[in-house]
Amino acid sequence: MTSRPVTFLSRAEAILGTREAQSVDQGMRHLTEMRDVAVAEFPIMDALRDRARVIRLHALANLDRLLSHFADQVIEQGGEIHFAADAEEANEVVARILEATGSRLVVKSKSMVTEEIELNAHLERRGIEVVETDLGEFIVQLAGDTPSHIVTPIVHLDRHDIGALFAEKLGVVETVDPTELNQIARDHLRQIFLRADAGISGVNIAVAESGSVITVTNEGNGRLVTTAPRVHIALLGMERIVSRWEDASVILEVLARSATGQRLSTYTNVVTGPRRDADEDGPEQLHVVVIDNGRSQILGSDTAEILACIRCGACLNVCPVFRTVGGHAYGTVYSGPVGSVVTPGLLGMEPWWELPYASTLCGACEEICPIRIQIPSMLLKLRARAAAEGRLPGWLERGIRRYTTTVYTPTKWERAKRLAHWITGPISRDGWIRRLPGRGSGWTAYRDFPRPARESFNTWWRFNRGS
Amino acid sequence: MEGPTVQLVVTCLVDALRPNVGRATVTVLERAGCRVEFLAGHTCCGQPAFNVGMLTEARRMAGHTLDLLDVTQGAIVLPSGSCADMMARHYRELFAGTDREQQAERIASRVRELSQFLVDDLGTDLRASCDGCLIAYHHSCHGLRGLGLRHQPEELLSEVAMAELEGSDECCGFGGMFAVEMPAVSAAIMNEKLDRIEASGADTLVGGDISCLLHLEGGLRRRNSKITVQHLAEALAGNEQ
Repeated sequence: MTSRPVTFLSRAEAILGTREAQSVDQGMRHLTEMRDVAVAEFPIMDALRDRARVIRLHALANLDRLLSHFADQVIEQGGEIHFAADAEEANEVVARILEATGSRLVVKSKSMVTEEIELNAHLERRGIEVVETDLGEFIVQLAGDTPSHIVTPIVHLDRHDIGALFAEKLGVVETVDPTELNQIARDHLRQIFLRADAGISGVNIAVAESGSVITVTNEGNGRLVTTAPRVHIALLGMERIVSRWEDASVILEVLARSATGQRLSTYTNVVTGPRRDADEDGPEQLHVVVIDNGRSQILGSDTAEILACIRCGACLNVCPVFRTVGGHAYGTVYSGPVGSVVTPGLLGMEPWWELPYASTLCGACEEICPIRIQIPSMLLKLRARAAAEGRLPGWLERGIRRYTTTVYTPTKWERAKRLAHWITGPISRDGWIRRLPGRGSGWTAYRDFPRPARESFNTWWRFNRGS
Repeated sequence: MEGPTVQLVVTCLVDALRPNVGRATVTVLERAGCRVEFLAGHTCCGQPAFNVGMLTEARRMAGHTLDLLDVTQGAIVLPSGSCADMMARHYRELFAGTDREQQAERIASRVRELSQFLVDDLGTDLRASCDGCLIAYHHSCHGLRGLGLRHQPEELLSEVAMAELEGSDECCGFGGMFAVEMPAVSAAIMNEKLDRIEASGADTLVGGDISCLLHLEGGLRRRNSKITVQHLAEALAGNEQ
């Protein structure tokens, strides 16, 4: 991964005020508007959200049973199933399948779990060429960048960036016309599809009853990845499963609307087993790799509900913090409100404990979530975990402790208010302070701070209304 | 007519930084026919500690609040959606499974944000008046999404000229300690909000939470803006407080 500054705030500060920040904000507002339009014309959306929540929570509560049934069905359909405890194991499983099948060139459709385990880098180290075929991911790969959003990975770039990139890396004449840019990528990728030995995809939904894996895309590249090459490897985050087809249909309805405001994604690709004798196309081998990589740990914790997420990205799109700084500020694959809950769970509290603090707790994420996941409440739980583990910066911990002791005792609080009023006299004008010392300087770098009142409400009440 | 007795909780920020908002709240409640009681010993609901995750400190403050209020009667009214949300929703979580569980439930069920109390409980016909003003209303997040407040402040402001504020239900970037921990991000969100407030043509910004309002007013001052900022209680009390 590209090396970036170490804290959320320093990464965010590097992005604030740049064109990247502007592009993200515009993109997020556009996606939210489209989502709102799609939901407005779909009166049963709220009822389906309730249903989707029940389906996902049921799946989590029965995950062991569903996964075992799913595995049986994959085998029954002629596929092979693999379980990987962590990223290293998952990468190794994939590399071995590719080596065993003599695969040198691999095409990929968009998959966040492969970003999570950093599969591309691992395969490249083994001498295997990997080409991303989702347009956004293709651009990310070409630029040596990382995705800035889980659904729209290049929302931080605009067509000028992409035109320049294509000219530099693909040797084409520079253009900023979106149709031409699309055609350039298409021509380039089509040749690679024809030569590819294997295809790697993620899984949006696995269906236990039939052993099927569903991927949704808007470009059709996912369908080529899973049908054209000889070998198809599908990587499944172990929680992304439902019992039955009727459950999957509910998830698809809320997923497309929440993610991009579509009634249904352009391509809903279902793979059940490899090619059969009568089939005209499809891979000779289908491998499904079920990946844990920290998910069991989340499942056993007080943030288990976050595993019900279907990765629509709607919470990113409405988050005031995400809109302002974009996904790169989060420093890892899963960004925004859901990422701030998932990441400390998957990768550990250090150094990711600070992500739950990168939120104003405004609640827009929970309000829009198609699964009604209580994200703010989980951010608070992770904050409590961070505080209990002694991870808070000293100034914050001491400040809150001192504040609590002061407000707990009314006489101390009265004294503190009076003192605060008098000592701020020399630095105040018209009742406002332009520059505070210490940690307060962060506040006054951007806004004035009100001078504490001469007479508090308590004092006024005592003299005017007290009995 | 003898109206209900209410227990006023002004919040620590109003107490220390904007006592006028507390006085305006008293004026408005009395005008609505209530008998207002106030506990001098009460200071803070514990939200600052709760939001940074320091639950021991949060429980200490919240427990103190519960004990004080438990010997009183009637609705507990706060001129703040955020603190009301803390007491109405989060106290239940904070004390779930402890020996204060029932006490927290008792207090939580009595908690009302000011506009919620005036409109939903009293069905008041009080309306804000402001001659020649054009008001933009900022819906603070915890009141809006935590307590579901929207029509209540809108009804109370139904007789004044309202500016159309784009994204009036989007966060202003305050976020409590977030504003101090991540000031640059907080301010970037604030500035987008301030651009919209200025673009709305409003000359007065009104809201239900002094925390968000002081953050926004501090930002407006930095821009040398002429827009004045009022708490909803002040807008309702008018000049007679």
